Amino acid sequence: MATLNILIAVCLTYVALLFAVAFMAERAALQGRGNWLRSPWIYTLSLSVYCTAWTFYGAVGYAARSGLEYVTIYLGPSLVMVGWWWALRKMVRIGRTQRITSVADLISSRYGKSGLLAVCVTLLAVIGITPYISLQLQSVTLSFSSFATSDPGGIALMESHDTALWVAIGLALFTILFGTRNLDANERHHGVVMAIAVEAVVKLCALIAVGVFVVWGVAGGIGPMMERIDASEIGTWQMDGGRWVGLTFLSAAAFLTLPRMFQVLVVENEDERHLRTAAWAFPTYLMLMSLFVVPIAVVGLDLMPAGSNPDQFVLTVPLTQGQEGLAMLSFLGGFSSATSMVIVAAIALSTMVSNHIVMPIFLRLTQGGAGGPSDVRHVVIMARRLSIGLVLALGYLYYKISGGGTALAAIGLVSFAGLAQLLPAMMGGIFWRGATRNGAFAGLVVGFVLWTYCLLLPQFGNGLPPSVLEQGPWGIGWLRPQALFGIEGVDPLLHAVMWSLSLNTAFFILVSLVSFPSPLERLQGAQFVNIFERSGNPQSWKGGIAQSEDLMIMAQRILGPAEVQAFFQSEAARQGLAGFLPEPSPDFLARLERELSGAVGGATAHAMVAQIMGAASVSVEDLLAVADETAQMMEYSSQLEAKSNELTRTARQLRAANDKLTQLSVQKDAFLSQISHELRTPMTSIRAFSEILRDAEGLKPEDLTRYASIIHAEAIRLTRLLDDLLDLSVLENGQVSLNLRDGRLSDVIAHAIAAAGSDMHPLRVRRVGPAEGIFLTTDLDRLAQVFINLIANAQKYCDAPRPELTIAVTRREGRILVDFIDNGAGIPPESQGMIFEKFYRISDRQAGGAGLGLAICREIMDRLGGTLGYLPGQGGAAFRVSLPVAQRMAAQ
Amino acid sequence: MTKRVLIIEDEPNIIEAISFILSRDGWSVDTHSNGHDAVAVVLMRAPDLVILDVMLPGRSGYDILTDLRAQPETRDLPVLILTARGQARDRELAEKAGASHFMTKPFSNADVIEALNALVAQ
Repeated sequence: MATLNILIAVCLTYVALLFAVAFMAERAALQGRGNWLRSPWIYTLSLSVYCTAWTFYGAVGYAARSGLEYVTIYLGPSLVMVGWWWALRKMVRIGRTQRITSVADLISSRYGKSGLLAVCVTLLAVIGITPYISLQLQSVTLSFSSFATSDPGGIALMESHDTALWVAIGLALFTILFGTRNLDANERHHGVVMAIAVEAVVKLCALIAVGVFVVWGVAGGIGPMMERIDASEIGTWQMDGGRWVGLTFLSAAAFLTLPRMFQVLVVENEDERHLRTAAWAFPTYLMLMSLFVVPIAVVGLDLMPAGSNPDQFVLTVPLTQGQEGLAMLSFLGGFSSATSMVIVAAIALSTMVSNHIVMPIFLRLTQGGAGGPSDVRHVVIMARRLSIGLVLALGYLYYKISGGGTALAAIGLVSFAGLAQLLPAMMGGIFWRGATRNGAFAGLVVGFVLWTYCLLLPQFGNGLPPSVLEQGPWGIGWLRPQALFGIEGVDPLLHAVMWSLSLNTAFFILVSLVSFPSPLERLQGAQFVNIFERSGNPQSWKGGIAQSEDLMIMAQRILGPAEVQAFFQSEAARQGLAGFLPEPSPDFLARLERELSGAVGGATAHAMVAQIMGAASVSVEDLLAVADETAQMMEYSSQLEAKSNELTRTARQLRAANDKLTQLSVQKDAFLSQISHELRTPMTSIRAFSEILRDAEGLKPEDLTRYASIIHAEAIRLTRLLDDLLDLSVLENGQVSLNLRDGRLSDVIAHAIAAAGSDMHPLRVRRVGPAEGIFLTTDLDRLAQVFINLIANAQKYCDAPRPELTIAVTRREGRILVDFIDNGAGIPPESQGMIFEKFYRISDRQAGGAGLGLAICREIMDRLGGTLGYLPGQGGAAFRVSLPVAQRMAAQ
Repeated sequence: MTKRVLIIEDEPNIIEAISFILSRDGWSVDTHSNGHDAVAVVLMRAPDLVILDVMLPGRSGYDILTDLRAQPETRDLPVLILTARGQARDRELAEKAGASHFMTKPFSNADVIEALNALVAQ
């Protein structure tokens, strides 16, 4: 019990340590202090996620059961690292330049960004990896129970606590915490990678420590150990050549296609050159891992009672020898192996699930919906987190349902075989331009179906009824899952791998040959296959003057020629070049991107520069970012447009107001000039004649009287002019006070005729109209003033030999109309519009008056609520005064 | 010999006043009261001096003056602009049109006589 408690305490401490390591690495990376994080050694250690609990515990078990065959599991990856170094480099280069986020992304991008392929690969990966994750959960649980069985009372504790569940929850938390920090397309998880590197060291140390203990502590040195090995069955078991080749090939394929390997190999890769170190360091690591497998297995078989699980020898051998500390270390090694695999696999799978299944569904559901950029980011992160939870829940569920039996032990290879189905599409994609989407799809489906039928279903539980296994479906013998086409007696695993992969490859090639790639596929194919021709170094842009020219043309379209030319010239000068075209150095391109991003946003700028430099294509996440930016800019520009419209409107109003003011000012100047003229004219006469009278020189008596009367008349004219001006000013300013009284219209007319001095004048006034008797309530004096003015005008201007003025009163539509029509020549049409203007006079001034009369009359009628207008076509001059009948209005 | 002056002015009282003071000073006075045919009248009567109003019915005094200055017979004829429009701009317009002298209404009788005598003395 004490041991188990200590174990749990150590375990929790270890987990806390991992959290701390991950957190510190993450922070260092954020603060830019993480140069040591980018060491090739960290990269190499992170590759050790290949070594899961299945390798840590299972290799010994494998050796105990099948001898040296376990080596194939290490041999495959080592061969890939050493011999296929260039293929890996190509994958890393493609992954980095194309901003690939997962295996599914790689394959779908290569084949024209096919969503269907991405979904297929994702499903295959989830189906293939889920049992593998449950295997890790099982191994942790098993190792706990190994401790518990050596500790009386521990079993009860184990059973009451569902270890696997807690491990799954803890791993989900860790992965969510450090695996979904940011959303950068090129995202690297420094914290996770660092924690995995630490775990890599722990598991290697643990295995070597157990090995050293077994060789020197139990066997008593290398010599006795070799003797023991020779004596045991392991040394004498024959090697099956076919199985060796098959398994080596399988593990090599899995090394390339496993999502978690792709994650650490490609996505988390900081620098292509790290591969160079890893090429020899990682095989060395694997060799060290495998060094003591056989001794532990041999000693375990010797020491442990028959029937004990050889998969647990790493743990149980030290325990039975009373080495609890060593056993504890060994446990941590196994724990590390399990957790590192689960964490990376969960990140890789969740990236695939969220990018290729959740996000497309979300985007389709919210199509046209108003989702802001922050929304999308938020959703992507949520999708990642949910997917991580989902993947781990699936793993746990599988563990629960499969009952954690020994069947899980074989899952490693089954899983390898499943993921290996991706190999033709992947390798064909990056080495063969002729590969097409249809080919990849056909190969994948065929391989997947065969793998399921021949390996997955027969291997696990009761996926297939026994009759199918023995006689084939519907009794068709050559369709038996483990003896397709009558090929019998082959190891079921090899049988399945051989059939599924060869038919997969065959279909891939054949369908590729007969189908035509879409333009996008062709483009992507060329970019993938010729990746090394297209880019010298993925870290920086490279190119020649021709690309500088293209960049300049592109930039001019966005920033305008003047600014761009100045920028390019200064950049060229900075590089010591004359003219406008600098070398497209990384520095220059970075600055250009910055300039552009001010106008079009960072992602768009990067995509544009990338497109011209030909170094990278645009990923889905780039496009999302571009779309976000575009939406923001459209929003912004529509706001600007609204603002600009508003400004235009305001400017127009201001211009109109200004025009009006200018016009008023011109009118006012003209008016003042007119008044000045009108006042100066009578004053001139007055002054001249008064000087004549004063000098009294050469004056005849009759002149004296005449000149005095001229002075008098001009003084009266001046006074009248001033009166009119004042009257007009008062009327125009609305300051006039009306004296409203009741009166009969006929009386007003009669008064006006009398006041105009009609009895003294030749003009005959004729009055017609039955409506004259109507009563009005208005300013009767002002109304009379208008009438007097109109009668006086007729007296002055009517040029008929027998001048006559008709005053006609009518009622029409609620108004009283009083027309003044004379029998003269009338007012010429071109002047009719002007006569109401101030100072307007039709002819010379013989008739007197300053030209203010009609202007004053019109103002008065306005105040009285009526109108005064000219009636054209009446023969003579004709004016109409119109008044509302109900004259009860207050004018003010 | 008596100098002949032509007054082109539309305000009868002003014509009468100027005529009186000029006659009293020994001038021979002619008058004309509209702008239409003013140029022709000047050419026909060939006065020694012209007093020209600006706001005439039919034609502006400035236009009449410009026409007079374009005719060889009247290019150097002394012309006194006498106007009720006394702003600085009016003086400029008068000088531009070729006025020999510019006076505003109301005027002092003595000033008019003095100006006319100065003009014919040149």
